[in-house]
Amino acid sequence: MNIHEYQAKEIFHRYAIPVNLGKIARSEKEAFDAAHGIEAGQPGCLFAVKAQVHAGGRGKGGGIKIRKNAGEVARAAAEMLGTRLVTPQSGSEGKPVDRVLIEGTSAIAKEYYASVVLDRSEIKPCLIVSEAGGMDIEEVAANEPEKILKQYFSLEEGLGSAEAEALARRIVKDKDHALIFSRIFQSLAKLFLELDASLVEVNPLAVLENGKVVAIDAKINFDVNALYRHPDIAALRDSRQEDPREVEAKKFDLSYVGLEGNIGCIVNGAGLAMATMDIVKYYGGEPANFLDVGGGANKDKVTAAFKIILRDPSVKAILVNIFGGIMRCDVVAEGILAAVSEVGVKVPLVVRLEGTNVKEGKEILKKSNLNIITASEFAEAAEKVVAAL
Amino acid sequence: MSILVDKNTKVIVQGITGHHGSFHTEKMLEYGTPLVAGVTPKKGGQKVHGVPVFETMKEAVDKTQANTSVIYVPAPFAVAAIREAVEAGIRLVVCITEGIPALDMARVKNWINTKKTQLIGPNCPGIITPNQCKVGIMPGYIHTPGPIGVISRSGTLTYEAVWQLTGLGLGQSTCVGIGGDPIVGTSFVDALKLFEKDPETKAIVMIGEIGGHGEEEAADYIEKYCTKPVVAFIAGANAPEGKRMGHAGAIISGGMGKAIDKINRLRQAGVTLAESPAVIGKTMQKVFQQGPSRKKTAVQS
Repeated sequence: MNIHEYQAKEIFHRYAIPVNLGKIARSEKEAFDAAHGIEAGQPGCLFAVKAQVHAGGRGKGGGIKIRKNAGEVARAAAEMLGTRLVTPQSGSEGKPVDRVLIEGTSAIAKEYYASVVLDRSEIKPCLIVSEAGGMDIEEVAANEPEKILKQYFSLEEGLGSAEAEALARRIVKDKDHALIFSRIFQSLAKLFLELDASLVEVNPLAVLENGKVVAIDAKINFDVNALYRHPDIAALRDSRQEDPREVEAKKFDLSYVGLEGNIGCIVNGAGLAMATMDIVKYYGGEPANFLDVGGGANKDKVTAAFKIILRDPSVKAILVNIFGGIMRCDVVAEGILAAVSEVGVKVPLVVRLEGTNVKEGKEILKKSNLNIITASEFAEAAEKVVAAL
Repeated sequence: MSILVDKNTKVIVQGITGHHGSFHTEKMLEYGTPLVAGVTPKKGGQKVHGVPVFETMKEAVDKTQANTSVIYVPAPFAVAAIREAVEAGIRLVVCITEGIPALDMARVKNWINTKKTQLIGPNCPGIITPNQCKVGIMPGYIHTPGPIGVISRSGTLTYEAVWQLTGLGLGQSTCVGIGGDPIVGTSFVDALKLFEKDPETKAIVMIGEIGGHGEEEAADYIEKYCTKPVVAFIAGANAPEGKRMGHAGAIISGGMGKAIDKINRLRQAGVTLAESPAVIGKTMQKVFQQGPSRKKTAVQS
């Protein structure tokens, strides 16, 4: 689960990681007042107006503006608020800008990078730091891998001060700054472990010209499986930033990811759902979505799946691919019939059932007299749905 | 022969009185799995489908000498169930539960690495040796005994592959679902090592997906040590970056974990890739007909 930059900064602040908290504005007037208030404490400063969206690459998408005074800040905020920001990572639809973060800026002397992730191969959390901050870290990793340093740490004890200091000294020359960096590294590790994060990232972590160290940006992703024990974090969810179809799917415990094609897919099991996307593509089609109805799918879930898929106007045909193990094919067939009659499916529908009670399932579809194209084999189903377009 | 489970396996169901536990207990019994006990705290003394229920794993193991357990306990309690099974001396723990926090799993995995217990899963369909022992949730009837070892991160996609194999007359020695989470007890490499050692397994099907480095590590192992032919399919070639595709572990992040990188690395290691998920069985048939031994000589790992 993602949260906004300003929310991540509040969490950083709780963990004694230096940040500029700034002020959140939801309207032009609030933006003006925010800038005015900031100016009082930081006379003559430049202001950053930052769109709060769940997508990286905001700068490239025009979601970060530097402005000189409160009037300009208010205008910049007004231009952003209520629009959708498209960034290299947001998808073509972009993300809605409901609020902006206003900060007083300070001149930066040098930018660094720091993040914490769980390394799946080592089965240990890993702190990744670099002296090449403020740019795309994947590019740094590809072009200057020697500039990326890693330090694994214990799941039980976190990052020790000796390890943190040694790492900081390898990227920061100034001794005082290195000490501050080492404390920040320890806090990032602590936060990661205590809050069940899946990613904590600061880019850039800056040394200012006035000598202060501050996290200019803040990003935290959380493990959704652990949210049950962090209700305060769960409450930070901003579902407006998510694909509305994904939000709707979640209500029915369906796993959905929207794609750009025109063949809607309804599948049971994540692996088979991915493989179904792959085979649609293999036969020259373009999947409109990933949708896993899960193991215990019932009539309601299948109906919900149809509704979600049909809400997407680009869907021109639907492929249902079910391998019944836990889920019986006759139950799926009934679900399909219920859905088709309730929702009214007007696009070609190809259904392939296999597994438990497949005969009964196929019989139910056949008896229905509905316009359903059936398929027995996986490849046949994909070919038929592509041909039906 | 087979790996990890056979007709002599004695199984305990952890969480037997729950909805899933009870349902799959019945299915496992129907398949002929030697199921000797169930465990649910505060429900000792009951019977579920004729299987005696105990309060603790220790008691169940003491009374039945079981060596394997399968966990259907809800996610917030599953890690404690794994620990209890290990401490009771269980040799193989199969955790079906989905939704365990990644850091909890990482902690318990590091701990298990210091023990003799093998963990399969979590978030997996389980393990089956056809006509002998089914420990998990897979439909039993799609399997048939034979020479192919199957390893997979997926559930239903494995059923699909197994069904294709069975339809072509290619039976399975054992099918292991290693699970779709970022941290799992048994990796591709762990399962490959077991199949490499098993004399009845003549060839291996490996079904991977986007996310992590398990498939690349498998390629390293296969290149160096595996004498048996391996056929693979990697799901998710068309998955967008940064999106979790159903499984907690199926995500491309920071440009890492892409299907194409896994496919290229496996091919380089001498693995035959199935062109589409519909031809996993046919690809294995072709490879199998070419003869079971790989070009390189066996190196013991």
